[in-house]
Amino acid sequence: MTGGPGGTGPALAVAHAVRTGERSARQVVEEALTAIVDGDGSIGAFVTVTGEEALAAADAVDASVVSGADPGVLAGVPVALKDNLCTHGIRTTCSSRILEHWRPPYDATVVGRLRAAGAVVVGKTNMDEFAMGSSTENSAFGPTRNPRDPGRVPGGSSGGSAAAVAAGFVPLALGSDTGGSIRQPAALCGVVGMKPTYGGISRYGLVAFASSLDQIGPLATTVADAALLYEAIGGHDPCDSTSLAEPPRPVTRALAEHGVEGLRVAVVRELVDGVDADVVRRVDEAAGALEAAGAKMLDEISIPELRYGLSAYYLLAPAEASSNLARYDGVGYGLRVEGPDVTAMNTATRTAGFGDEVKRRIMLGTYALSAGYYDAFYGKAQRVRTLVIEAFSRAYAQVDVLLGATSPTTAFALGAKVDDPLAMYLSDVCTVPSNLAGHPAISVPFGVGDDGLPVGVQVLANARGEAEMFRVAAAIEAAAPAAGS
Amino acid sequence: MSAPPSTTDGPVDWETVIGLEVHCELQTETKLFCGCKNAFGDEPNTNICPVCLGLPGSLPVLNERAVELAMRIGTALHCDVVPSSFARKNYFYPDMPKDYQISQYDEPINIGGWLELPDGTRVGVTRAHLEEDTGKTTHLGEGGRMHSAEHSLVDYNRSGVPLVETVSEPDMRSAPEARAYAAELRGILVATGASDGRMEEGSMRVDANVSVRPREAAEFGTRCEIKNLNSLRSLSRAIEYEASRQIALIEAGEQVLQETRHWDEGAGRTRTMRSKEEAYDYRYFPEPDLVPVVPGEGLRARVAAAIGPLPAERRAALVGLLGPNPTEAQIDQVHAVVDQALDPLVLAATGRGVSAPLALARGANEVAAHVEAGRALEPGAFADLLAMEEAGQLSATQSKAVLAELLAEGGGDPAAIAAARGFEALDAGSLAAVVGEVVAANPAEWARYVGGDDEDRKKLGGFFTGQVMKATRGKADGKAVAAELARLRR
Repeated sequence: MTGGPGGTGPALAVAHAVRTGERSARQVVEEALTAIVDGDGSIGAFVTVTGEEALAAADAVDASVVSGADPGVLAGVPVALKDNLCTHGIRTTCSSRILEHWRPPYDATVVGRLRAAGAVVVGKTNMDEFAMGSSTENSAFGPTRNPRDPGRVPGGSSGGSAAAVAAGFVPLALGSDTGGSIRQPAALCGVVGMKPTYGGISRYGLVAFASSLDQIGPLATTVADAALLYEAIGGHDPCDSTSLAEPPRPVTRALAEHGVEGLRVAVVRELVDGVDADVVRRVDEAAGALEAAGAKMLDEISIPELRYGLSAYYLLAPAEASSNLARYDGVGYGLRVEGPDVTAMNTATRTAGFGDEVKRRIMLGTYALSAGYYDAFYGKAQRVRTLVIEAFSRAYAQVDVLLGATSPTTAFALGAKVDDPLAMYLSDVCTVPSNLAGHPAISVPFGVGDDGLPVGVQVLANARGEAEMFRVAAAIEAAAPAAGS
Repeated sequence: MSAPPSTTDGPVDWETVIGLEVHCELQTETKLFCGCKNAFGDEPNTNICPVCLGLPGSLPVLNERAVELAMRIGTALHCDVVPSSFARKNYFYPDMPKDYQISQYDEPINIGGWLELPDGTRVGVTRAHLEEDTGKTTHLGEGGRMHSAEHSLVDYNRSGVPLVETVSEPDMRSAPEARAYAAELRGILVATGASDGRMEEGSMRVDANVSVRPREAAEFGTRCEIKNLNSLRSLSRAIEYEASRQIALIEAGEQVLQETRHWDEGAGRTRTMRSKEEAYDYRYFPEPDLVPVVPGEGLRARVAAAIGPLPAERRAALVGLLGPNPTEAQIDQVHAVVDQALDPLVLAATGRGVSAPLALARGANEVAAHVEAGRALEPGAFADLLAMEEAGQLSATQSKAVLAELLAEGGGDPAAIAAARGFEALDAGSLAAVVGEVVAANPAEWARYVGGDDEDRKKLGGFFTGQVMKATRGKADGKAVAAELARLRR
């Protein structure tokens, strides 16, 4: 529930309390750590909890508050990081055996920016191995469970981050989104999850899955908290050549100053076709709420090119992954399984270190790039990607923001799709188009489905359209039925 | 395919066809994609960071200086310098930390140029593109090759060092021509400031594609790529060997197989490294972590301004100083001086009025023997020294001794060094007296000198000069002695 202009949320509340000296960061962080210790045994959101480091960081925030220095906009706010974000001296596993004991000698840019903003990292969250999956069941360390129903998956691949927020362990978490890996688990866990314009947040220190699609983004319980976190870590980074040079438009101010009056919004047929009826109903209700809030709802539009998005995605992402994951060869770091020569050592290491889904995608991607097949697979997928971008840009000539479902279903049962990769891949059908286009998109919880589990409505915008996207998301959030209704 | 030659027309006139791929390391302060120092010979694994170690999560950022140097090379090779992009070349190798190399593939920065050899032949340049170097592996244990090693050590200081690979057209037809191309290219790399061109340190590395065909054939024969050519001499030898190996195969009715071969310098032969079937499928695709390179007008202008005169022009300038009929030896000296970038010394000396043959000879012999010191030498000191010698204030022997000290000490004042060593040329009177004494002491030789033919006179002239040098302990000037002997003979 938002309260007043700009909205609020637990992260904003904590930062405010810490900045004004009302609460100490240590107290906040101790509470978070206790909640994790008490509650995470049945959820499995965390791979690593960084209690000592977190308390030391909290003390530093408190010291800066006492000294009168600005402790930052996220002062004392506990944050969980998906375990593919590099943390100096703290193991960063990507939920893979191959990096089980790897401690990076450096921090990801977003980690540095979090610390600079006064946020306190309390741990690293579980994920599908190397972010490949939609249920967080492809983790070498076991699955994460959905806090709304422990028999269900939290979605993926940022399932640990979504679950940590949904369970109330932390008000904020970071995930990464290559084909929907922030938005889909956010939808399934009933929290807010956002992926920015490609280049909006630095990828430096994000262990790559598919570099041209990967983006880091926030998970939060409210739109305002998500906007706060996005703003704190976004902006140009000279260490990432694909990072956008122009500064992003301030979204928290946009939220404070503007509603949705006059914004042109349309539902995209391809983002509700084939989606469960109870989920579609929620999308329609959200559209109605936007109209009531003053948005200009246009007729449903069709972007037929999006139908090919998923196929293109499942060639491009594995192709890039096959190259990005080549470096786990047992030579310099990570797991090494010895062999009689280098090639045998490489093979033994990778055979033991990677799980089945990672191997499947490496093989898919290697094949898609092979001599004689490149044009038919990788080349054609790139052309589809161009068509998707062009089609979106035609749509955005007429509308400001697009709506659709985030996930075709609510959270499914653990184990339901593990033996059917194609069924699992279909979970991403509504989210991959934004990755292919490099556009921002956000999932906002909007009531529940027939099974009583959370439904997410997805808001999509043009490149750098975060301000409009957040404004629409906030209006949807404000109109959302109370949980359980 | 080269068909077995017909035997009815007598022996086949074989033609060798050669194309070269030359990698050179660029002389940048830092590596191609990170801020680590680009330096040769440092303690292993001291110039490394997450980026050049290819650690998970690290990303490359292009070094603009490397782009500028690559553009200089392309411009000097008459290429079109065009917007370009990077790709990933995927293959597993332990000294390549990411197990892919970031290289330019279908959109290289320099395309379609040429290089003119000293004899006027033009060799086409297909492309000259940017890429990163790999680390360096040392295999410990038997054989020194990866598969026989007990274990291997990798030094990543070289990982990510910027390279430009210059690919020629298959335009060369002999080992000497290929050698001339490599030497000329090296001169251009050095002249543009792009590279130090040192083959012995691996900062310039040459691979040769070699095939043979009957001279009148329209199609190329099957080519082999030869690697591990660490000197111009190896390049020549390997091409000669490989061409005769291929000719022998074809003449024996066998076929040349397309493969990569390794030059074994010790054994003087090439050996199979990888057959065509074992060749890597590099699975190139656009590097998603980098954006396209589009050189702006400012950079283009800077490149144009930075390129000084190229070797051909500089050689022409030196040859011009020699007058209408330079000797072959002098032309060789011109090449040696320009190849080693020592022409500023020679030009400083001739600018001071020193004769071109003397300045060239000193540059191509005494200075070229100590290239590094020579390049660091203040041209004015070299010019002063030769001016003293030519004015007769120092003998040639004394002058060379002073030059040696200048090179060893990294500079100095030639007059002061000469004075400190007690060098002063004999005045004409003293010299005449010594020559007279030497002549009187060797009457038989003198008679043969006076009465003999040119051959005798040359031989005995050397004898008398040697005696005079001995008597004066090197202070006499050789030319002055020759002049005095000639005067006495008359």
